[in-house]
Amino acid sequence: MNVPTLAKGFARFWYAFVIGDDWKIAASVVAVLVVGTVALLAGAVPGGVLAALLALLLMAGFAGVLLIDVRHRGNS
Amino acid sequence: MGATYGLVAAVFLASVVEAVEALTIVMAMGVTRGWKSAWAGTAAAAAALAVFTVAAGYALATWLPQAALQLTVGALLLVFGLQWLRKAVLRGAGLKPHHDEESAFAEQTSAALGAVRTTRFGLDWFAFTVSLKGVFLEGVEIVFIVITFGTSAHDVPVAAGTAAAAAVCVAVAGFFAHRPLSRVPENTLKYGVGLLLAGFGTYWAVAGLGVFAPGGQSLAWLGHDWAIPVLIAAWFAVSRLLIRIAPTVAGPRPYPTAPDRIDRGAP
Repeated sequence: MNVPTLAKGFARFWYAFVIGDDWKIAASVVAVLVVGTVALLAGAVPGGVLAALLALLLMAGFAGVLLIDVRHRGNS
Repeated sequence: MGATYGLVAAVFLASVVEAVEALTIVMAMGVTRGWKSAWAGTAAAAAALAVFTVAAGYALATWLPQAALQLTVGALLLVFGLQWLRKAVLRGAGLKPHHDEESAFAEQTSAALGAVRTTRFGLDWFAFTVSLKGVFLEGVEIVFIVITFGTSAHDVPVAAGTAAAAAVCVAVAGFFAHRPLSRVPENTLKYGVGLLLAGFGTYWAVAGLGVFAPGGQSLAWLGHDWAIPVLIAAWFAVSRLLIRIAPTVAGPRPYPTAPDRIDRGAP
């Protein structure tokens, strides 16, 4: 087995391991953390309140992504 | 202190779930191809996992500052935990079949009976490699949780010890039962682990955003560690709501479910 094949297999394993069946979940988490970083740097919201708001956003993101997935599969 | 209890609970439950799945594979190989090769594969995988845990745990704890570590492992834990939660919600809503150790055992046994016997180093190579791969792949998930929880809670030895204790409990139970541990409420445990991972992952990932602020200090939650049980409860509420509304959103057509063994990327 050559190096590129091994590297591809290694990358595929970690992608399936961390990202899993629905990449949109990982994307929603990253998006919320980016929003949180911007809000933190802007200093518009106190830290404790920002943390709570980000938690709510993460939950809303997960719910939205899961329902999109369910609806998409239900229609396919 | 709250983080330590959470650490022990999450690591123990996750380790039990993964160890039960690994036990099914090893047992199928042991029963059909011989115990010597199955145990040799298990021991080789356990040694590889121990080295991996020490190396990765040391690297993470040494090279990353506190807030960056929280952000990295928190985000990973969150994404990983939400995968578990997603599957739990789909199973709870009846949109995905429940995992069943008896059928997994039958599947593994049938594959083992049909495989050609090749002997290397005095071992049945099929049983050795299948046991090694099975234990290693299930074990990597445990290692991931041990390292992420352990480094964030500054207690890798407790996390590793808890995982080892869970694996020993499952091995002993399997030894006395002489069959796959299908009576372990695996799907419920997976749901619980998903909630714990999502709760702790949210706490650490958001706290870790402080690495980008002037001073690089972790972002403080209202109520500090008490925010963790609140987050777990909130994830539980969200998941119950989703279990209730997902079937309606899916519509009257049946959800195209794949067999659980194939669809098992992580949890």
